[in-house]
Amino acid sequence: MSKARLLAPLAVVVVLIAVFGIGLTLKPGEIPSPLIDKPAPAFSLPVLGQPDQLIGLDTVRREVSLLNVWASWCVACRVEHPLLMELAARDVVPIYGLNYKDEAGAALRWLDRHGDPYVASAQDLSGDVAIDYGVYGAPETFLIDRDGVIRFKQIGPITPEVLEDELLPLIRQLQGAAS
Amino acid sequence: MIPELGHFALCLATGLALVQFVVPMAGAVTRRWRWAAVAQPAAVGQFIFVALSYAALTWAFVVKDFSVLYVVNNANDALPLMYRISAVWGAHEGSLLLWVLILAVWTLAVSVSARRLPSDVGAIVIAMMGAVSLAFLLFTLLTSNPFERLIPAAADGKDLNPLLQDPGLIIHPPMLYMGYVGFSVAFAFAIAALVTGRLDTAWARWTRPWTTTAWLMLTIGIALGSWWAYSELGWGGWWFWDPVENASFMPWLVGTALIHSLAVTEKRGLLKSWTVLLAISAFALSLLGTFLVRSGVLVSVHAFATDPQRGVFVLAIFTIFVAGSLLLYALRAGQFQSSTSGIALFSREGLLLLNNVFLTVAALAVLLGTLYPLFVDAMGGGKLSVGPPYFNAVFVPLTLPLVLLVGLASAVSWKRGKTDRVTTQLRWPLAIAVVVALIAAALAGGHWLAVGLSVLLGVWAIATAAYDPVRTVLGRGRVRLGRAAWGMSIAHMGLGVFVIGVGIVSAASIEKDVRLDVGESETLGAYTFTFEGVREAPGPNYTARIGAVEVSRSDRSFATLAPEKRFYPSQENPMTEASTHISPWRDVYVSLGEPLQDGDVRGAWSVRLYVKPFIRWIWLGSFLMALGGGIAASDRRYRLTRERDSRIAAGAASA
Repeated sequence: MSKARLLAPLAVVVVLIAVFGIGLTLKPGEIPSPLIDKPAPAFSLPVLGQPDQLIGLDTVRREVSLLNVWASWCVACRVEHPLLMELAARDVVPIYGLNYKDEAGAALRWLDRHGDPYVASAQDLSGDVAIDYGVYGAPETFLIDRDGVIRFKQIGPITPEVLEDELLPLIRQLQGAAS
Repeated sequence: MIPELGHFALCLATGLALVQFVVPMAGAVTRRWRWAAVAQPAAVGQFIFVALSYAALTWAFVVKDFSVLYVVNNANDALPLMYRISAVWGAHEGSLLLWVLILAVWTLAVSVSARRLPSDVGAIVIAMMGAVSLAFLLFTLLTSNPFERLIPAAADGKDLNPLLQDPGLIIHPPMLYMGYVGFSVAFAFAIAALVTGRLDTAWARWTRPWTTTAWLMLTIGIALGSWWAYSELGWGGWWFWDPVENASFMPWLVGTALIHSLAVTEKRGLLKSWTVLLAISAFALSLLGTFLVRSGVLVSVHAFATDPQRGVFVLAIFTIFVAGSLLLYALRAGQFQSSTSGIALFSREGLLLLNNVFLTVAALAVLLGTLYPLFVDAMGGGKLSVGPPYFNAVFVPLTLPLVLLVGLASAVSWKRGKTDRVTTQLRWPLAIAVVVALIAAALAGGHWLAVGLSVLLGVWAIATAAYDPVRTVLGRGRVRLGRAAWGMSIAHMGLGVFVIGVGIVSAASIEKDVRLDVGESETLGAYTFTFEGVREAPGPNYTARIGAVEVSRSDRSFATLAPEKRFYPSQENPMTEASTHISPWRDVYVSLGEPLQDGDVRGAWSVRLYVKPFIRWIWLGSFLMALGGGIAASDRRYRLTRERDSRIAAGAASA
């Protein structure tokens, strides 16, 4: 057996440890998405629970809105969910869902169980629309203004800090600018 | 006073762990046998003080000492005694103490049997376990002291997380830890092999029963966790690919590979450095699980309250043990060259090697899926889930060939398989599997493909594993079967039972979410469910809303199920207690949703109805696997040969 083969496990573990180290120091962060300040990709998808109706970007951009990528299998979404429920109850911004690679039955049960903060959820069974939006996984959240431009993107759950310090001020500013 | 004694005992145990690590290790390396002989008394002493410390914390819970912060956070006056005792491991600090206690129990067991080992191997094994113990004792004392006082004392405590107030969860964590921690024995043996340079058949025989025992505990622990999730979460699911579930599943997969490669190392003296690498990896993955759960790097329903300082500490432990042992491996494993070119694919060892490839790749696939969110996070993305779509797509195709291999390998002999014997032996099992699968597919209706395929594979595994035992029972066996062979057969039958359960329940479960008024009925499959309303009843530390749902089949009522919603004052969300009518062929499962008429308890409710065919087979199969492991580990030949080997070693030493 060559030396290289004996060293390989060590090399793999050293990389892992480095990643863990970085993982520990990082807070759930946002990276600037190439889509920020670009027009949001158009889509047309069936509405979750009303598969004969379609929803698209035109509906979402009627007002300054959040588009939240979620799935019933997504553990992090469950963590984020109470915050979305609270935000929906405050009625400051409409929240639309992009139900990502999920079965309709499971998704509806999940909403039934945890509450439904969404005006409506678009059902992205194949994940094609998520690809257009550059989604890494669930949850992700996009802030879309009335021009249909993406103004903000959160990868991973929205935290209370991000909501209060970044998202809400930006929403107010966008709503103010338009009125 | 008692909590201070507990804290003091923990400090003494830490000192003894240091002695247990340093002195025997130095003794073994410098060949000073009186130093090496310190290993056993140090291990016994460490066990006594850890046990005292654990007893002190339990005492604080039993007498409801609300001047101890940890007790305040995890118990209250109304919590029943049973749950106060199990609350000791209900959160981070106490569960860490349980971890250390279990390690001390394993060390004690090893040190008792170590008299049969060559003295340098025994000393190094116990010293390494002392090192692991030292690391976790320091972790407990420096970052997670469970004995911290709350001054002034609280009048009453908060409460144990209601999710944990379930009989299944009382034994789930200890069994899981028994498994995790048990892999430290195989790890310590691997280090001993690397240090002494002796890795032979005798080494594999010493290591096997320990590894099998750890593996069977982990099997039971995982199965209990799955059973708990099924009965407690109210979703009718039994596995969620949650990061913490994966954290226990990865060491299980690698541990399974290790059991099989140890067999090759014992019988044929092959795959030596691979076996050592697996032994290190199984324990490394146990440590990784500890890191993932306790550092908060991943989002999970299981995650403990987290604190970055703790994450750094566990990462340091992980780095020292895993990187350290792999460095040792890189330096020393070269001496264990055993030519793999001597392995014919069509031989027992060749097929076991193939089994190892599949198991290891499956473990890597789970690792990748579990860590992918962390990689994204480390590169600047946020915290994500990849979820079941990935795992099901990757994992299922990787494991199906394993079930085929199980049957094939049982008929193929070591060194070189004989085709005619293989065909003779496999003829009947194959015929039985095909016939049963065809019948099952015919009965399954729309799900015929998935049901037929899983029954084919499952019955194949059962029938091939049963071949030798059946012949023995009929008095036609070639040889008398030892316990190891019985254990293997039973475990492989367990795998078959498990596969049938998973296949059928995944394909043919039916479910319905319905709104039911009092007196209203709903039909699901062959069953009719009649909702008889919900009443309120007090529990010891919660109030419950208990539904009554009568279940009938062909107009014959056979059960009244009582699903509950429990409201704990300490918790905002109600807890769901599903109610199940169990039979070997199917579960009828009902859980309560929400009241639908303005929160009126006595009105209509949303109710979830499930019929889950063959779901019990999942846990029955897991139990059979664990049982088989237990029988195999108790094989007489491990004890006898250990005595014989040590006599030989003693003779060599005195000569």
